[in-house]
Amino acid sequence: MKRERTQSIIRGGATLLVVAALYEATARSGAFPPALLPTLPTVLATLWGLIADGSMLTHAGYTLYRMLAGFALAVAVGLPLGILMGRYRAIENFILPLASALMPIPSLAWVPVFILWFGLGNTVSILIVFYAAMFPMLLNAWSGVRSVNQLWLRAAGAMGADENALFWKVIIPGTFPFIITGLRQAFLRSWIAVVGAEMIAASDWGLGWMIFDAKEFLNTDVMLASLTVIGLLGFVFERVVFGSLERSTVLRWGMVQATKS
Amino acid sequence: MQDAAASASAALTPAAAGARARAFALTAYPFVVVAAIWELVAKLEVFPPRLFPPLEQVAAVFVRLTVSGILPHHAAETLLRLFAGFALAAIVGVALGIAMGRSRRIEDCVLPLVSIGAPIPGVAYAPLFLLWFGLGNVSAVLLVAFVSAFSIIFNTWTGVKAVKEIWVRSAQSMGADNRKLFRHVILPGALPYILTGLRLGIAQAWRILVVVELLAAVPWGLGWLIFGAREFLNTDVMLAGIAVIGIIGLAIEKVAFKRLEEFTVVRWGMMVS
Repeated sequence: MKRERTQSIIRGGATLLVVAALYEATARSGAFPPALLPTLPTVLATLWGLIADGSMLTHAGYTLYRMLAGFALAVAVGLPLGILMGRYRAIENFILPLASALMPIPSLAWVPVFILWFGLGNTVSILIVFYAAMFPMLLNAWSGVRSVNQLWLRAAGAMGADENALFWKVIIPGTFPFIITGLRQAFLRSWIAVVGAEMIAASDWGLGWMIFDAKEFLNTDVMLASLTVIGLLGFVFERVVFGSLERSTVLRWGMVQATKS
Repeated sequence: MQDAAASASAALTPAAAGARARAFALTAYPFVVVAAIWELVAKLEVFPPRLFPPLEQVAAVFVRLTVSGILPHHAAETLLRLFAGFALAAIVGVALGIAMGRSRRIEDCVLPLVSIGAPIPGVAYAPLFLLWFGLGNVSAVLLVAFVSAFSIIFNTWTGVKAVKEIWVRSAQSMGADNRKLFRHVILPGALPYILTGLRLGIAQAWRILVVVELLAAVPWGLGWLIFGAREFLNTDVMLAGIAVIGIIGLAIEKVAFKRLEEFTVVRWGMMVS
């Protein structure tokens, strides 16, 4: 088992090296203009330069600010609303048709309308992220509450739990796996939305704007550098933040099994 | 035929008709409430009417553009791009996913590459593709293919790995050769996952296609329509375009994939609808 694992790692590493070498060879061969296909050392040097002079940090900071603000707003609205939908029939009947009608509209399609309504700048990006993250959060919280085991509710009721205790001790923990899935999906959506919205609606900072701006000047190395940062940040959030959230809650409570990886 | 008969008889019984009307009213009333609020805000001119047009104006624009053939033309171009890119992604993604699921060697080689590319949002690649492949349809189609490929590859790969070992072994012991094993065991076994992957893939592609159309400066397309309308402050055109985008998205999700699922995995009893 262990030998197989090391073999996998060696093969994976070898593939990455081969692909990098192929890319490098193509870039150096001069078949394509170097402005369009910069060599890997150039990209790394650009990335380092951007980090060293602090501009990359500012770009990333703006992007994270917009993303987190919209995401937090979506959680603050979507989570309670989803739980209420699961608990009260009237709210479900009102919200669900609206949500199903709005959900298939891609959040980025709203960008031009929002620009007209709110002007260029942070507001548009934050609202687009909010729109993107809202529906996964809402629907997961809703289906989470509905899928709480009826037996648990009755058992808690029989043991004398009042409405309050039932809600905090049974329904909320029971909904948690769904809430975490919702947070994850909401994050992925908002990460896409923030980059897309920044390309069109941001005016001076942000990773999406940086890529778009670099295109105007044929700075492919800058584009590849900020793509790397976007990928790294997305990866860190997905694995570290949500992974540890999952480990410290639902995995520890034994509600879901750890997937083998 | 049976369906038609069933619905006809349902329409005939007044109780069923009443239940249906009540269900319809229940779905419709939130929209009526929201539409009424919208109308009120628009009529009171809280915001400039150019930016916040009343609904009948949006509906009028929708009808005008549909009748004159402009809206269908935009929608057709967008759908063509979506399906061209999606078909490319489906062919490459399913093939690669199955190869990864069947061969340890291919899995080891491809998985790191796919895992590196996947966490980067597809729209971030858009400017890069535009530089490499130029403005226009080629970039848009390739981007759609690229974006939807990841979830197709991942799901197909998971699906092939999730095929029960005991099915494979029993088929082998009954003398199935590799081709038969693939066609009759692995492919049907992995199909629920593959369908999920295809559905996720097309949804992702649909979500960014609007922006790609704007960035790629294609001459027709719904994305171009709504962003072009912004230049002239035609909020009504933008809202009509967004409505069409939403309807198409819903149709792809609900009609196309539901049908496909009903005809395959649900009929085979592998999934409940």
